[in-house]
Amino acid sequence: MATETVCITTGPADVGDYVSLNIGPIHPAMHGTLRVITRTDGETILSAEPEIGYLHRGVEKLGENFTYKQFLPLTDRLNYCSAICNNVAYELAVEKLLGIEVPPKAQLVRTIMMELARIADHEVLVGILGVDLGALTPFFYLIIQREEIYEIFEWHHGARLTNSMGAIGGVEAPLPDRFHQKWPKMRDSIRRANDETDKLLTHNRIWMDRTIGVNAFCEEDALNWGFTGPMLRACGTRRDIRKDEPYLMYNEFDFEVPTGKHGDVFDRYMIRMLEMEESIKIIDQAYAMYQEMPDDAPLMKKVPKIIKPPAGQAYHAIESPNGELGFFIKSDGSDKPYRIKIRPPCYMIYQAFEELVKGEMISDLIACLSSINVIAGELDR
Amino acid sequence: MADWQIDLIKVVFIWVWALLIAVVMTWVERRASAMMQDRLGPNRAGPFGLLQPLADGIKLFTKEDIMPEKARKILFLLGPPLFALPAFSAYAVVPFGDKIVLGGKEIILQVSDVNIGFLYVLALGAIGVYGMVIGGWASNSKYSILGGLRATAQLISYEVPMGLALLTIVLLYGTFSLREMVLLQQGTFLGFLPNWGIFKQPLGFIIFLVAAYAEANRVPFDLPECESELVTGYHTEYGSMNLGLYLFGEYVNLGTLAAITVSLFFGGWTLPYVDMSKFLGPVAYGVASFMVFFIKQAFFLFLFVWVRWTVPRFRYDQLMGLGWKALIPLGLVNLFVTALLVQLTI
Repeated sequence: MATETVCITTGPADVGDYVSLNIGPIHPAMHGTLRVITRTDGETILSAEPEIGYLHRGVEKLGENFTYKQFLPLTDRLNYCSAICNNVAYELAVEKLLGIEVPPKAQLVRTIMMELARIADHEVLVGILGVDLGALTPFFYLIIQREEIYEIFEWHHGARLTNSMGAIGGVEAPLPDRFHQKWPKMRDSIRRANDETDKLLTHNRIWMDRTIGVNAFCEEDALNWGFTGPMLRACGTRRDIRKDEPYLMYNEFDFEVPTGKHGDVFDRYMIRMLEMEESIKIIDQAYAMYQEMPDDAPLMKKVPKIIKPPAGQAYHAIESPNGELGFFIKSDGSDKPYRIKIRPPCYMIYQAFEELVKGEMISDLIACLSSINVIAGELDR
Repeated sequence: MADWQIDLIKVVFIWVWALLIAVVMTWVERRASAMMQDRLGPNRAGPFGLLQPLADGIKLFTKEDIMPEKARKILFLLGPPLFALPAFSAYAVVPFGDKIVLGGKEIILQVSDVNIGFLYVLALGAIGVYGMVIGGWASNSKYSILGGLRATAQLISYEVPMGLALLTIVLLYGTFSLREMVLLQQGTFLGFLPNWGIFKQPLGFIIFLVAAYAEANRVPFDLPECESELVTGYHTEYGSMNLGLYLFGEYVNLGTLAAITVSLFFGGWTLPYVDMSKFLGPVAYGVASFMVFFIKQAFFLFLFVWVRWTVPRFRYDQLMGLGWKALIPLGLVNLFVTALLVQLTI
C-alpha cells in the first residue's frame, strides 16, 4: 500500500509511549455509532482500528423470515440519508429475479425520486463535512434544501425520511401535481444554496488547507480495496454504474461523470458538489420525458399478490449516492427469500479506513470520516 | 464622596457592565448566528428571546455538579474561576470613557490608570491560560488533556505575536498607560487620517487581531474545545456552573479583547474630526464618550460572532505554522521597522 511507508512501526513494548484514544461510539463527530480505536503520538495517528457492529440489527437475516414485500421497509433503514435509492435497488433486484421490467413511466418516477434522494444525500454530506471542519453555516443552507426535497417525497408517498417508495413491479403513484410548479423553483434554490456553499468553502484558504492532500489515496489502492462511487471517482477512475451498466433509463440521459485526481477530501467534496448539478440535469431530462407520457400510462406491472420467484439467484447493483449498492437475492421458490445479501458501498470503503488515516492527524481522521460518508445503518445492517 | 467610594462605584459598575456584555453576547451570538443561517434562534423566553441567557443561567446553576472520580479535586474546582476571573480583572485598566463631572468632582472613567496598564492586561491574559490547562489536566480524561495541551501550545504561541504587535504600539506612543494612549490618538495626521492606531500600525493591527482571535479561542482558532474532534476539549468533563464559568469567561474575554482593540487601535472613546467636549456639557460628555467607546466595542464583539460563523477551523499544525512562521516573523519585522522610524523621527 502506498501509505505504508508513512506509518512508524512500533512494537508492543512501545505502547507506553503512545496514547490510545477511543473515538466513539458516542462522539459528536461519529456519524451514527461508529468507533475507532486509535493509537496516537501526540496528535499523529499511528494506527486506527475501526470497530463496527454497534448498529447491527441483522437486516439480512430478518429478510429470510419476511416475504418479499415485507422486506421493503427494512431497506429504508440502510442508508437513511437516501432511503429511496435502497428501495429501488431492492425492487430492481427482485424484479430481476422475477424477470419483469417495470413500465417506462414508473421508471421515470423512480429515476426522478432517486436523483432527488442523491441531491439530498450529497447535501447532507457536504453540510456535515463543513460542520466537522468547523464551518457550521453552509450546513443550514443545504439542509433547508433537503427539507424542500423531502416535501416532494411527502407529497408522493407520504414519508419524509424512511420512504419505502414504490413496490415490486412499479411505483404506487405518479409524480404529484404540485411537482410541476415546485421543481423549477426548487432547482434554482438548490443551485443558489450550492453556490453559497461554494463561495463559503471551496476557495476559502482554511478549507483548502484542511482538505487538499488530506487522506489522499491512489487509484490502484482504491480499486484494490473495492472503492466505488464518489470515493473511487475522486481517485480518478471514471466509473459510474449509471453510465457503465445502465439500469432504468439512465442510458437515455445526457450527464457527465465528474472525476477527481488525488482522491483527497477536497476531491470528494468537489465531486459531490458537481454531481448535484448533474442530478439536476438528469431530473430535468427525465421530467421532460415524463410529461410526454400519456396520463393513463401504467405505473405498475402486474405482479401476483404473493410473490414467489422461481428458484434461482439475482444480483442487481445501482449507483447509490455513496457508490455501488447491490442486493443479492437467492430464492428457493417459496414466498420468502432464501438469502439476502446487501453490498453497501461504505462497508468496502470503511475497510480501508486505517490506510486512509495512518500518519495523519486526529482532525484529519474526522474529516476523512465525514468525507467517505459512512452510514452506520448500511455499514452494520 | 470620598475617593474610595468613587472607586468602589467604578469597580461595581465595570463589573456589572462586563457581566452584562457577556450575558447579552450569549444572546447576540445565538441570534446573529441564526440570522446568518436562515434560522430564528431562541425567541421564546421574553421579547426576542432576550431572557434566554437568564434561563440558561438558571439551568446551569440548578444542574447537578458532577466530578469525575479520578479527577484532581482541588485543581478541577480551581480551573473555571481561574479562567473567568482574570478576564473580569482585565477590565480594571480599560479606559471606558474620558471623564465625567458629578457634584463638582471630576471623575476619570477608568477604574485605575496604572502606568503599566497594558502589561497588566497581557499578564492577566496569560493567567487565563492556566484555567484552561489546569481544567483540562485535572479532568483526567484524554479529550480534556488533548484540549488542555492544545490550549497551552496555542495560547502561549500566540501571546508572542500579540506582544510584538503591542510593543510597536508602545514604541509609537511612548507610554504603557492605556489612557495616555487613547489621549494620543486624538486629532489627525497627514492632514486627513484620524490619529488612530490602525492607520499608524496597520500590520500591527492585523497581527494583533489574529492573535486576539486565537487568545479568545474562537473559530477559526477554537482548537482547545473543537467540538467535532475533542467533544468539547478542556471542559468536556465539566457540568453545571463550572461549565457555565468557562462559557461565560469566554464572552468576558471577548469583551476585554474588544475593549483593548478599541483603546489601542481605534481611538478609544474619541471621535475622529470632532471634539465632543467642546459642545457637550460635562455630564453629557462623560456619557457620550462612554457610548462612543461602547459602540466601537460592540462592533468588534459582533465581528467575533461574524467570523465565527463564516470560516472553518484550522488544523493544529496549521495553526502553529501560522503563529510561528507567519505572525511572529511579521511581528518582528514590523517592530524593527517601527523602531527605526520612531528613532529617525525623534
